[in-house]
Amino acid sequence: MSPDQLAIDASHLARRYGRRWAVADVSFQLHRGKVMMVAGRNGSGKTTLLRILSTAIRPDRGKATVAGFDLKQREEIRRQSALLAHHSYLYESLSARENLSLVSRDTGDVLARVGLAGRADDPVSTFSAGMRKRLSFARVLLQKPSIVFLDEPFGQLDPEGFALIEQVVGELKSAGATVVIATHQVDRVARFADQQLALESGRVIA
Amino acid sequence: MIAALRKELLLQWRTRAQAVAVFVFGATALLLFSFAIGPSAALRRYAGGFLWLGLLLSSTLTLSEAFHSEMENHALEGLLLLPVPAHVLYYGKALANTIQLVMLGIALVPVMVVLYDAGTTQLLTILLIIILGSAGISAPGTLYSAMTSQARAKQTLLPLLLFPLIVPVLLASVKATSLAILGDPMDEGRSWIFLLLAFNGIYWSLCGLLFDRVVED
Repeated sequence: MSPDQLAIDASHLARRYGRRWAVADVSFQLHRGKVMMVAGRNGSGKTTLLRILSTAIRPDRGKATVAGFDLKQREEIRRQSALLAHHSYLYESLSARENLSLVSRDTGDVLARVGLAGRADDPVSTFSAGMRKRLSFARVLLQKPSIVFLDEPFGQLDPEGFALIEQVVGELKSAGATVVIATHQVDRVARFADQQLALESGRVIA
Repeated sequence: MIAALRKELLLQWRTRAQAVAVFVFGATALLLFSFAIGPSAALRRYAGGFLWLGLLLSSTLTLSEAFHSEMENHALEGLLLLPVPAHVLYYGKALANTIQLVMLGIALVPVMVVLYDAGTTQLLTILLIIILGSAGISAPGTLYSAMTSQARAKQTLLPLLLFPLIVPVLLASVKATSLAILGDPMDEGRSWIFLLLAFNGIYWSLCGLLFDRVVED
């Protein structure tokens, strides 16, 4: 496999919190333009793995390249990737549009794309959990990433929201983006995932 | 940088009720100090010191909450994951804190003039001192606020860390303000203002460099 074709090349990644290894030993390779599902029970290390790869946290051991850049090259990786995290990363007292303008001046039609055009000028504090998730997703799309990390993207969404995520992931894939999805919705994601990574106690089991 | 500053000012505007509360706190502190001394000539002599004491105490209220919005939904992490150097976020936040403290200082000056009989014609000099003094408090204050933002006892921890560091800025601000109020026949005020400038240079450059290490994992 040519290194140029790899979106992610992770080797023996490990990260601990206190004495507990959240990610103990994870290695895998992912081609550009592919969708990978990361599955596993609560506490298996899915979120920590995505946070390491998106440079939100540093690994304690191991190394990885993301979009061809070493994890130490944080700014370059951040230019290429975006993370939809558990936390919404939104400012409660700012409106949806104001939150997005922190990412890019030109918010374009991204609010309409996630079904929030009618609430663009309302403060986030008035949003439901599902609407916050949609807005966080809009924030990710606005970054125009070539690698997208989605941590439990279906959480708190209604069936319409499920369809939206699936549709946008399909569009991202068609546009050549690489998508990594950590989820419990295994059946749903397995339908369009090209690769699967199953974690248990911070280790790859399949 | 402009976008970061704009965001900070917007957040401050949305929580402007807090600024009113901080002003009331500062004005109350000035009132209490004036009562403690009583009506004497010493009031005017110590006016500069009490103005800065009021500003310092009020600043801990604003600075300890400076990263409150960033902590609500881990918004700071979201900003750090954008391809923007962390020091840009720092300077945006520190500038916004400076502006807030300057506004507070300007609002407290008339209170000081009335309570301490500290009328002066050197208003522009006092404005300059307030700007430099506020900047000297905000630069390390913003850094320490980021450090303590996740601590349970942040309101105790922040002054403990901050006050020793900003002693030179406070001394220079108090001396320069007192000279502006009481008269400065020997032109000593200028050297205190230069000292403020020097400490601002050190704080603003060092804290900007250190912010990245403070907020990154």
